[in-house]
Amino acid sequence: MSTLTTNYLAPSGREEAWRFTPLKRLAGLQIPETSTTSEISFTVKSGASSQALFKEIDNAELTPRYNSDDLITKRVRHEVTRTSLLTIAKDAELTEPIILGRNCTGKPQVSRLVIEAGVNSVSTVIIENSGDAQIGEEIEIIVSAGAKLNFVTLQEWSSDAIHLGQHHALIAKDGEFNSYVITVGGSVVRLNPTVDFTGEGANANLFGLYFATAGQHLEHRIHVDHKIANAKSRVNYKGALSGKDAHTVWIGDVFIHKGADGTDTYELNRNLLLTDGARADSVPNLEIETGEIVGAGHASTTGRFDDEQLFYLQSRGIPSELARRLVIRGFFAEIISKLSNETIEERIMDRIDNELSKVGV
Amino acid sequence: MSELIVKNLQVSVETDAGSKEILRGVDLTVKSGETHAIMGPNGSGKSTLAYSIAGHPKYTITGGSVTLDGKDLLEMSVDERAKAGLFLAMQYPVEVPGVSVSNFLRTAVTAIRGEAPKVRTWVGEVKEAMAALNMDTAFSERNVNEGFSGGEKKRHEILQMELLRPKIAILDETDSGLDVDALRIVSEGVNRVKGNSDLGVMLITHYTRILRYIKPDFVHVFANGKIVEAGGPELANKLEEQGYAAYTTA
Repeated sequence: MSTLTTNYLAPSGREEAWRFTPLKRLAGLQIPETSTTSEISFTVKSGASSQALFKEIDNAELTPRYNSDDLITKRVRHEVTRTSLLTIAKDAELTEPIILGRNCTGKPQVSRLVIEAGVNSVSTVIIENSGDAQIGEEIEIIVSAGAKLNFVTLQEWSSDAIHLGQHHALIAKDGEFNSYVITVGGSVVRLNPTVDFTGEGANANLFGLYFATAGQHLEHRIHVDHKIANAKSRVNYKGALSGKDAHTVWIGDVFIHKGADGTDTYELNRNLLLTDGARADSVPNLEIETGEIVGAGHASTTGRFDDEQLFYLQSRGIPSELARRLVIRGFFAEIISKLSNETIEERIMDRIDNELSKVGV
Repeated sequence: MSELIVKNLQVSVETDAGSKEILRGVDLTVKSGETHAIMGPNGSGKSTLAYSIAGHPKYTITGGSVTLDGKDLLEMSVDERAKAGLFLAMQYPVEVPGVSVSNFLRTAVTAIRGEAPKVRTWVGEVKEAMAALNMDTAFSERNVNEGFSGGEKKRHEILQMELLRPKIAILDETDSGLDVDALRIVSEGVNRVKGNSDLGVMLITHYTRILRYIKPDFVHVFANGKIVEAGGPELANKLEEQGYAAYTTA
C-alpha cells in the first residue's frame, strides 16, 4: 500500500484532458489520497520463449524513456514497485503471438509494463484484459530500429471495471508499430495511445474499435507527435453506441513540429449511433508547423443506422436482427480484418452480438 | 401457380408539408409466368407501388390490400414478404460497406430457403449464375454494391433474383442507366429465370426500350397514382409513338 506524495493536483474536470471524463466514477484513481496496490497482474498465456522473455523487475531498474504529462502515468510511475518487462530479441521473427492476460479484481491498483521489440524483430503482442478492475496503467513500448511490432490490447472487462491508462510507443528508424485498441467492456475506460518517432522512416498505424452500451464511458485520446522527418502515421478508430447514456470520446491529436519535413499523416474516426440517448464526442485536431510535408488530413463522422441498408437486406429475406448485425459487422470489418487473427475476430464480434441482443438490436 | 393481387391500393407518404397521397387506388393481378409492364411518366407513383408492395417503412398504406397466394403481404415484415416469394430489383441498390457479396448472397439464400445451402453445390451454383450474367468471380469478394458501376449493380440484382428463386419479381426501372450491352445481358438474365421457373414479373419502366428484350403479356399505363389504361403489347407501341401526354393532362 502506498499513497501518492507528489505534488500534483487531482483534476477538477475543467481541464481539457479531463473535461469529458466522469470523474466521480473513477474509484478515486485520479485523486492522490486514494491508496492503491501494486501487483504484477499479467500472466503469460502463450508465446513466451527464449526470444520473447517475460519477467518482473524492480521498477527502479526501468527508468522511463519519455516524459509524460498524464497524471495517471505519473501516479503509476511513482507508486508501482514491480514492473513487467517483455523483451523480444534482436532479429527474432516470431510467428506465434505473445499473449499476456490479466483478470483483475475490484480494488484500486497500478500497473506498469514495458515492451521492448529488439532491432529488426517481428512480433505480435496481445494483452487480454478481463475482470472488474480498478486500474491505472502505463505501457511503454519500444520499437527498435527496423522492428515490426503488432500490439493488440483487448478491453473485455466486466461491466464494473475502471481502466485508465497511457500506452506510449517510441518508434525508431524504419520501425513499424501497428496498434489495435479494442474496447468493448468496462464501466469507464480512458486510454491514451500516444506515439513518438525517434528515427526517420518510422511508421505508426493506430487502429481502434469500441462498442459502448447503456451507461458505458469509453474514451480514447490519441496523440501522435511528429518531431522527426519522414515518418508516417495512420489513425483509424471506429465505434458503435447503443443505449441510454452510452458515451464515447475520441480525441485525435496530431502534431507536426517544425523540422518534421516529409511527414505523412491521416486520421479518421467514425461513429455509428444505433439508438437514441447515446452520445459520441469526436475531436480531431491537427497542428502543423511545417509546410514541407507529404500529406496531413483528418476526418470524423458520426451517423445513425442507415435504414435503407436494413430495408435492402430485409427485402432479400434477411430478418431485421440479423440484418443489423451484418451491417454492424460490416462497419467494423475494416478494422477487425486487419487483426489477421480469426479467433480474436470471432470473439470480439460474438461479444458485440451478445451485447446487441441484450439491448434488443 | 402463384398470384399477386393488388386491390384498390392507396398509399401516402409523410412530408414536411404533411401527408401526401401518392397511390390512389391501384388494381393489378400478376400470375405466374406472366409479364406485366407498368409504364408511366416520372413522378406518377410507379416506384411507390413497387416499394409499398415490398414493405418500405417510408410509405403508409391508407387503404386496399395486397395478397400473394391469398396471404396478406401488408401484414408481413419486409423479410417475411421476401420469404413468401416476393422479390424487388431496385432502381438504386444500396451499398453495404464491409459485407461481401458472397456472405450477403449466402445469408439471403439461407434465410429464404430456410437452411444453409450445401457448400459444394452452392459454390457452383453461384459461379454458374455469375458467368451467365457476365460477372467476374472476383465480384463475390467485393462489398455489396460498393463502388459498383450502374451496370454491375443491376446485374447483381438479377443475380440475387436468380439465386433466391422468387414467385413474383418486381423490377423497378431495371433498364435505367444501362447501355445497350448491359441492357441485353440483364434482360437475358430475366428471360432465363423466367424460362427456368414460372416467375411472374412486374416490370416498371419509363421507356419502351427494355420491352424489345423482355416481351410483356400486358401493358398498364400508370399516371397520377393509378392505372389509367391497360392492354396488350400493342399499347407499348402506342406509348412509343405518342408519349404520356394524353394521360397527364388532367
